[in-house]
Parts: sequence; structure tokens; C-alpha cells
Amino acid sequence: MITRRGLIRSTAASGLLLSAPGLFAPALAQGAKIKVGYVSPQTGPLAAFAEADAFILEGFAKVAAEKGLPIEVIVKDSQSNPNRAAEVAKELIIDDGVSLMLVASTPETTNPVATTCEAEGIPCISTVAPWQPWFIGQQGNPGDPATWAPFKYSYHFFWGLEDVIAVFTNMWGQLSTNKSVGGLFPNDGDGNAWGDPNVGFPPVLSAQGYALTDPGRYQNLTDDFSSQINAFKAANVEIVTGVVIPPDFTTFWTQAKQQGFTPKAASIGKAILFPQAVDALGDTGHNLSSEVWWSPSHPFASSLSGMSASDLAAGYTAATGRPWTQPIGFVHALFEMAADVLGRVSDAGDGDAVAEAIAATNLNTIVGPIAFNGAGLPPFAVKNVAKTPLVGGQWRLKDGGGYDLVIVDNKTAPNVPTGGTMEAIV
Amino acid sequence: MIWVDTIVQGVLLGGLYALFAAGLSLVFGIMRLVNLAHGDLIVLAAYLILFVVTVLGVHPLVAVLLAAPMMFAIGWGLQRLILTRTLGDDILPPLLVTFGLSIVIQNALLEGFTADSQRIPMGAIETASVALGPVSVGLIPLLTFASAVLVIFALNQLFYRTSLGRAFRAVSDDPTTAQLMGIRPASVFATATGIAMVVVTIAALYLGVRSNFDPTIGPARLIYAFEAVIIGGLGSLWGTLAGGIIIGVAQTLGGSINPEWQILSGHIAFLVVLLIWPRGLFPRAFD
Repeated sequence: MITRRGLIRSTAASGLLLSAPGLFAPALAQGAKIKVGYVSPQTGPLAAFAEADAFILEGFAKVAAEKGLPIEVIVKDSQSNPNRAAEVAKELIIDDGVSLMLVASTPETTNPVATTCEAEGIPCISTVAPWQPWFIGQQGNPGDPATWAPFKYSYHFFWGLEDVIAVFTNMWGQLSTNKSVGGLFPNDGDGNAWGDPNVGFPPVLSAQGYALTDPGRYQNLTDDFSSQINAFKAANVEIVTGVVIPPDFTTFWTQAKQQGFTPKAASIGKAILFPQAVDALGDTGHNLSSEVWWSPSHPFASSLSGMSASDLAAGYTAATGRPWTQPIGFVHALFEMAADVLGRVSDAGDGDAVAEAIAATNLNTIVGPIAFNGAGLPPFAVKNVAKTPLVGGQWRLKDGGGYDLVIVDNKTAPNVPTGGTMEAIV
Repeated sequence: MIWVDTIVQGVLLGGLYALFAAGLSLVFGIMRLVNLAHGDLIVLAAYLILFVVTVLGVHPLVAVLLAAPMMFAIGWGLQRLILTRTLGDDILPPLLVTFGLSIVIQNALLEGFTADSQRIPMGAIETASVALGPVSVGLIPLLTFASAVLVIFALNQLFYRTSLGRAFRAVSDDPTTAQLMGIRPASVFATATGIAMVVVTIAALYLGVRSNFDPTIGPARLIYAFEAVIIGGLGSLWGTLAGGIIIGVAQTLGGSINPEWQILSGHIAFLVVLLIWPRGLFPRAFD
């Protein structure tokens, strides 16, 4: 039977014989354009993650032209829909014949695309999704760790849940509190992972002497948080944490203020990722804290253009008039990875060789060093995941209005400079 | 005391849902038109208010006064140009058209205003509260509730005390006979949708002050509005307020037992009411 993979392998082998003189030349030097697919949520509820795509792609095209990299990027929109993401990934593989797939932003985008690539034997690099939902979410039986298997073609770089937990508890350690924590965990993929009694916040918090009040999993787009506020008040909560969507956090925070509940620290994932969402809180967003994946003060530079993190952020603001956001660095790093990997393979059409090249990556990118060396990872994820540094930051009101994200804790990544220390909200 | 607080918060939340539902109730009651784009029209109005606030630098309450006539015109035109053509014996065309409209509005807003979370800024009043006995009540939720009562009172006056209201009731009961009496249903319908859009603008103000909104947030609110209308009974505006309060209180009571039950208990309350009173609590007409 002729299978697609078998056919590729045999044609690749015969092609190899014909092009024997160029055998050891890297694929990039062979002249023919290499097609790279890129899937991201450009429209729909997740569109904020992809708002810098056009800027990054333009920058990449410029560098590629300067350096003579024959890479053609084909961009597709997932419309923030997992089914659509899988569909466009198929189109990229079958209709466009891409040699490498890049995908970014949230498990809703990365997982369907990576799964499709894995099935089709196309190498895939993904980012901007904590590695647990990416790795475990793609397993046949997410509930049974014994069945988890590594992937052959899918690779991922980002941080994980354990890093967020470490960053948050480090930040709280800087304050004197009664160690009573209130949890806001919604009934979605992130909320269930963060609140999971085995791998989420609860075991780490109890080990470090924090008491967690977790009223239960609420639905996203809840209009009233009085039950949570009453539970937090009853437990004398001084620290609030959770992974909340922006409208829900505004509802909660406004209602908490109305009810006279103000914790000393509020460390929230997701809701206050984008500066626009913090602006929406008016003056009440001062000193809210969250995890910081990337910022202009990160001491890293692009392997493609040599630009520093602050240059990239400033360039984005200059080009679009909008404030920098954290996904910018990671989307840029994705294209650094693509150029680096394709520069090290001799035949970009050989999926196995490209996958091997990805696994062998050792690159200093704008988001930090990326190497699939298994550092800080459990054995099952060693092959496919590379971790990037994570620190903690607080949003501070600027004098002229608007907010600045100030890095206040770097115990987890000491090479990232802090801009201040953790301050209590009141 | 927590129980009292829970119920008070639920009643206030009900005011918000009643505001969402009032415009829908009006259109549904008069034309039997199920407007699936209602939630998106609320979001559209919220962006309009925000736009006026940003461009003219006026207070949101003033911006509502400016946005309301614009929304009236949008509603009037929408009904005249599009929705009227879908009305008929078949209930499917209006459903399909408004569903499509919902997608069009969402994507147009996404193009025009990006996916950013927005909020209508009201300053310190956002977090202000007053003490009502043992419970602390937010000023904005209180205003929301008061506005809901006021809007429904005003709509009722319009409905039962004016000649326009008589025309509304006439075309609702029997458009053909109403035509014999010199009423033009198409024009009455357009005015009704325009008024519904004015109510939508008021709802949008409180949606936008209470929390963030983005272009895709509309449909999530639609379901509560529908449930409030159905619980209250077709065509009854006070019933819509009651329906909103029932859903709001059911949600906060369910949430106080376990947040997992919050949204679910609102839906269960809706089903229970339907089981016992299939035509809603205060149905106006028999049809």
C-alpha cells in the first residue's frame, strides 16, 4: 500500500540520489522556497494574542530578505475556534504543502494544530500555552499518566503551571500576610488545572503553609461574585489568586470593592495579561500582580535581527501606536526557531530530519534560551517541551494615567532584572 | 446576614437582566420577532456610548442621551429595511436573518474597535456603595435596578396610556384588522424597534460600567434576557422584571451553595416556572 509518509520517504530517497552533490548543503541554501505555515487566532475572542502578528511577520520578511532566507510564511486564521484551527492546519499541510508548522496562543489553537501535524507527520513548533494543557491535553487519556506518550513531530516552548505557582508564592512571600488565600478558578481548562488537588495550586499552597479557600468552579461570564466574596470575607482572606477571564475579573474586583473587601495581594492569571484590560479597571488596577513571561526589560536579544527585547517592544509601539504586550516576544521567537531549524536541515521536505533538528535546538532567543534538554520537567515531557523563564510583576499606575508593568520578583529567573519590590494593595 | 446579602445582590442582578430583556420583550411582544442579535445590539450600543465618551469627553450619562437617538435611528432603519421583510407566517426567516446580523455586528465591531476589552469609565462611582441596613450595596447595581424599574414603568405608560401604545397593542393582536383602522404595521413596527433600541442603549450603559465588554460578549447575555421574557409571560413588561429578578436571585442563591451551581440554578428556575406555568407568570395575550 502506498501511504503518504512512505511515498515522501521514497521520493525523498530518490531525490537524494539525484541531488547527491548538494547532499550536505543546508536546505536553506538550495534556493527553492521553503513553505512554513503559521496558525494564530487573528479574529474572535482570542484576537488580542495575535494583534502583533502583522508587525512580527513584516519584520521577519525584512530580515529574511536581507539574509536571503528562502522561507515563505503562509498565515492562516484560527478564528479562535479549535475546529477551525485543525481545518486550516490540514489546508496548510495538504493544499500548501508546508514543511514546518508554527502555531501560537492558547491550547485552543496550539492543540488542534499540533495534533493534526502529529497525525500528518509534519513538524510543528508551538508556544504561548502552558505546557501542561498542551502536552496532557493532547494525550488520548489525560486522566492516566501511565498512558502518556511523547510526540514525534510536535515541540513546544513556554513555561508551566509549576512556574506560575512558584512565582505567585514568591511574590506573596515578600508581604506580611495571614497566609489565607482565596481561589477564583472557573470551570474551564485553565481553572480546572490551576485548582486541581494533585497538580494545581492546592498541594503546593498547603505545603508552604497557606490556607486555601476555594468556593468551587464557577462558569465563565458570571455576572455576580457575591458568594465568592462572602466566602473570602468569612475566611479572612488576604490574598486572592486565580485564572480569570477579563470581564469576570472586572465584575469580581468591582463588586469586591463595593462590598468592602480588599485583599493585600491579588495575583491573577489571564485577566490582566493585556494592558488594555488593566486600563479598563480604572484606578483600581493599581498593584494587581501577575506572572510575566516577557517584557522589554528581559535581558535577551533576537537571534534573527539582533534586536533587544526593549527594541522590539519600542518598534511595535512606534509602528502601531499601541502598548507592548507579552505575546509579541514569543511570536517573534517562534520565527527565530523556524529560521534556526530550517538552517540546520539539508532537506526541509524530510519531516523526520526537521523534527530531529528541532529537538537539537540550542538557541538564544528574545524570550531566553530554548533547548529541549528537559530542564525542570518531569520525565514524560522531556522530549517535547522547552521551558522559558517566568517572573512576577505588578501593574503600577503611572503619573499621567495608564499602567506600567513592573517586575517585582525574579527568584525563579535571577537574570531578569527587577524594577521594584512587591507592594501591598492597600 | 449572608442570606440577606445574597438575596439583595440577586435582586439587583435581576434588574440588570430585566434591562437586557425589556427591549427584547417589547419587540417579541409586538411582532413575535425573536431577535437573536439583541445581545450584539447591546454591545454595539455600548461601543457607541464609549465612542461618544472618548470623542466628546462627556460624562457617560450625557453620552447615553446622545447615543439613544442614534440607536433609535439604527433600530428604525433596521426594522424598515431588513426585519420587516422577514416577518410572516414562517418563524424561520427572522431567526436566520437576526442570527446572521449577530455575526455581522460582532465582526464589524472587531474590525472597528479591535478585540480589546473595553469599559465605560465612570470614575469613583464604579466602586462606591451605600449601606442598606446590614448589607453594603453597590451604587451602580442600585442605579441599574432603579433604571430597570423606571424603564419598565415608562414602557408600560407608553403601552397603555398613549395612542402609539394602542397601535402597538392593535398590531400585536391582529395586524390585518389594525390596518383596516388606518394603522400601518410596518411603520408601527419600525417605531417599536426604535424604542427597543433606546432601551438597549440604557442596558448597554450598565453592561459597560459593570464590567468589560468586547465585540464577542453579546450572545452570552442573550439567554438570560430570553429566559426573563419567557418567565414573565409574553408581552408583560412587569413580568419581564419579575423574570429577571427570579433568574438573578436563583443565580446568587445557587452560587452561595456552590459557585458551580450559579448559572445552572438560573436555568433550573426557568425550567421550573415553565413546568408549572407554561405560558409564563403574567401572559398578556392568548395566542
